[in-house]
Amino acid sequence: MADIKKKATRESYGEALTELAEQYPNLVVLDADLAAATKTGIFKKAYPDRFFDCGIAEANMMGVAAGLATTGMIPFASTFAMFAAGRAFEIVRNSIGYPHLNVKIGATHAGISVGEDGATHQCNEDIALMRTIPGMTVIVPSDDTEAKAAVKAALDFEGPVYMRFGRLAAPILNDPATYKFELGKGVTLRDGKDITIVATGLMVGEAVNAAETLAAEGIDARVINIHTIKPLDEDLIVKAAQETGKIVTVEEHSIIGGLGSAVCDCVAAKCPVPVTKIGVNDEFGHSGPAVDLLKQYGLSVENIVATVKKVLGK
Amino acid sequence: MDETIKKSLQATACKVRMGVLTGTFHAKSGHPGGSLSIADLLTYLYCVKMHVDPKNPEMADRDRLVLSKGHTAPALYAILAERGFFDKKELESLRHIGAMLQGHPCIEIPGVDMSSGSLGQGISAACGMALAGKINSASYHVYTILGDGEIEEGQVWEAAMFAAHYGLDNLTAIVDNNGLQIDGKITEVCSPEPIDKKFEAFGWHVIVVDDAHDFDKLEAAFNEAESISGKPVAIIQKSVKGKGVSFMENQVSWHGAAPNAEQYEQGMNELKAALAEVEA
Repeated sequence: MADIKKKATRESYGEALTELAEQYPNLVVLDADLAAATKTGIFKKAYPDRFFDCGIAEANMMGVAAGLATTGMIPFASTFAMFAAGRAFEIVRNSIGYPHLNVKIGATHAGISVGEDGATHQCNEDIALMRTIPGMTVIVPSDDTEAKAAVKAALDFEGPVYMRFGRLAAPILNDPATYKFELGKGVTLRDGKDITIVATGLMVGEAVNAAETLAAEGIDARVINIHTIKPLDEDLIVKAAQETGKIVTVEEHSIIGGLGSAVCDCVAAKCPVPVTKIGVNDEFGHSGPAVDLLKQYGLSVENIVATVKKVLGK
Repeated sequence: MDETIKKSLQATACKVRMGVLTGTFHAKSGHPGGSLSIADLLTYLYCVKMHVDPKNPEMADRDRLVLSKGHTAPALYAILAERGFFDKKELESLRHIGAMLQGHPCIEIPGVDMSSGSLGQGISAACGMALAGKINSASYHVYTILGDGEIEEGQVWEAAMFAAHYGLDNLTAIVDNNGLQIDGKITEVCSPEPIDKKFEAFGWHVIVVDDAHDFDKLEAAFNEAESISGKPVAIIQKSVKGKGVSFMENQVSWHGAAPNAEQYEQGMNELKAALAEVEA
């Protein structure tokens, strides 16, 4: 583990925007006074004429993004997940979602791993909120490589996209030289026949590690990385349900409305099997170091291993 | 303003008002009061000021209009139909199931530049369009129409701050100051007054039109607006809610109620008489 490089996906976001700017002349970036934290500051430094700070006014920022998009620009509206999906929800719904405008929302500081700032800033509801908007694509990349590929995929896709990035440095799991990102397609990271662990974002690495621990104990767990929550790769989920019979979902998000719910919606309709959801339970977070919070809220290798064993009666 | 042009605008405004009554009557719902108060404004903009082409509604360098007070869509649809963006018959199916004309403006309707209706949002989209114009050195101008009650929404002031900060002089916001909102007089509900001073304080050039139903005064205001550079312009137009239909004028009850058959007939007769007078 020690030699695996780490990078926060918010940093990947800022870097990707900067790297892609030349290739996409219509790309512009908006932020709401958080450029240093969302890492759009990297873009701002390189392309000051294409960066527009909207101040602490997220509702207006989303509307401005919508207006820009009507003219053919490709705006990336950037702020913390709490404000992008939470505070500005209705503007995202009515000014971006309803007219189906080509706006990309870069939401950083998602989930409990925001850490010390505490409950007001730990957004565990954004996936749930964004997936209810008709026509909204929702992407939760797991590492630097995937985050950068997701930004590129969002640029090449016509329509509104919500991208969820983290504050905490995450291990880089994918090799940028060989990694291929396909919007709406899950990635099977490990095959297995006893159970399937479906993970997203920061939890993908934990799921892989959990599967390795389980393997040592004779449990053969399949691991699927769902980077696109919507549209969900239903074929891959149904296949896993058919072949392994049981599913455990893991996400750094409320167990209400996120990846777990999306998977449940899918299997309930197409291949009913038991699904156990690991995520933040129906409660608020609190202040503390991110790594300690993740452990405390059960977003850990240990809890995934324990949950899988419980589900399998072992 | 040339008298012939003025007569022609007055006639068109009468027809727009008929369209408002026709739409809301057939829909059995909708918002005639605030639609009638902006009938002259929309007529002036779409017949004189705005560079638009009904045959090419998506034209890149067209002037744009965002009806931030989206509930007054019947007036927007009526002027768009008058200009030939779509058939006038469409007005009769306003708000009907399966119809093109939605209860609030929808971007898919020919001539509608932005979906709107949830108050306070249209002005932000207009800011985005104006910003894009600045980025691309485009020639177009962006207009947005707000209700005086609507500006109670905080987002309006976020947008006002943004527009001034970025010097969006290609943006004109018109506040339809008819003084009434659903719950009563704006000064009694939760007063947004003084409107002019607020926009001034936010860095806008402000023009007050004391009679929004006088085309000479509208023309003077928009000519002044055009001469301003470096800052956005707010035109506060004093209007009469329900203007042109006697029993609807200044009546808050007509904010969101449709005329019944008898009221529709009476209103249409009044407008027909007004039109005959203008065309005489």
